[in-house]
Amino acid sequence: MYPFNYHRPSSLADAVKLAGGDEAKIMAGGMTLLPTMKQRLAAPSDLVDLNALGLSGIAVAGGKVTIGAMTRHADVAGSAELKKAIPALAEMAGMIGDPMVRHRGTIGGSVANDDPAADYPSACLALGATIVTNTREIAADDFFVGLFETALQPGEIITKIIFPVPDKANYQKFRNPASRYAIVGVFVAKFAAGVRVAVTGAGSGGVFRQFDFEEALSKDFSVKAIEGIKQSADGLNSDIHADADYRAHLIGVMARRAVEAAK
Amino acid sequence: MASVTLTVNGKSVTRDVDPRTLLVEFLREQLRMTGTHVGCDTTQCGCCTVHVNGEAMKSCTLLAVAVNGATITTIEGLAKGEDLHPMQAAFREHHGLQCGFCTPGMIMSAVDMVRRKGTDLDDKTIREELEGNICRCTGYHNIVKAIHYGAEAMGKAGTAAE
Repeated sequence: MYPFNYHRPSSLADAVKLAGGDEAKIMAGGMTLLPTMKQRLAAPSDLVDLNALGLSGIAVAGGKVTIGAMTRHADVAGSAELKKAIPALAEMAGMIGDPMVRHRGTIGGSVANDDPAADYPSACLALGATIVTNTREIAADDFFVGLFETALQPGEIITKIIFPVPDKANYQKFRNPASRYAIVGVFVAKFAAGVRVAVTGAGSGGVFRQFDFEEALSKDFSVKAIEGIKQSADGLNSDIHADADYRAHLIGVMARRAVEAAK
Repeated sequence: MASVTLTVNGKSVTRDVDPRTLLVEFLREQLRMTGTHVGCDTTQCGCCTVHVNGEAMKSCTLLAVAVNGATITTIEGLAKGEDLHPMQAAFREHHGLQCGFCTPGMIMSAVDMVRRKGTDLDDKTIREELEGNICRCTGYHNIVKAIHYGAEAMGKAGTAAE
């Protein structure tokens, strides 16, 4: 790890100021950032630790779930309120990494990092979440821009994420058994206004919506409705774990499983 | 340099360290407590698992400065004098180790597992919950067995809530 100046601001205003520096990096749980720094793939001059800001907690009200950016995966997975409101989201958080990683990693960190194989981006996109920062509110549809790339400006800090409560939802993940990241993960959410389907782990541009599945499922929310729809392998990742054709196949399988398990 | 104060196994310690210092380096190199191991150094193997404010975390992926003020329990903090913690005793009794390198992390994870899941643990739960701990001797069978009986013993000894 290269040397850095460590900051632990106690107010959001101070954090924003510090994070605005050219070579500054923001640290939430650090479950991705620290390994990256240890490999010397990241070398921030200043590390801005958000752990003294609070920004954690889960609130359910008025058909919406609000989760503070610094809420740990273990707390999302274990929240009794969330299990009632959006069980799929709590279950998804319980599938991230391992118990020790879930004790430290945060929802805000995962969403801001936008790893193309992370779980949370698919939940945000499928549920039509709103990402709230220190300056504005960003719809999930506009937030995830590409690989590790979001609409966040330098120094902009996520404070909370607001999820509308769906009629039913489910997340199915075909995971890499070593890294526990998704080779393919599909989050399906059914609302009165229609169905949203988001795919993570597969797209070469990161998380994306599967509009053909959405259209079919909005008319008929059943496994049968999407059985005949072929997912193209164009634009999907090929790597040592799975090639694009296999990932395309898995998207269909995971989507059908999610529809079947949705509650 | 940054000043870090931690309560480690009940004792308050303060050291001035480079902000780059990982919690595991703080424990091993500053405090010379070498029970916490570094296996992979990439957040995968779990050999470095310690409890931070009561929750199991991987100390190779935490900066010591970032947990300043925290209460840390390491493998050295489990036994009461000469008396092994029930989970340690179960690992010995059921041969839950071969080379022993992963054992401190396995035991710290197991104790955390009991805190979260109770003292009546079936094999499926134990195996799922051990996802973050790797044994390169692949001695999982007896590790799972040891955790099962260790959890039971913790229930009987009333140590589960600790």
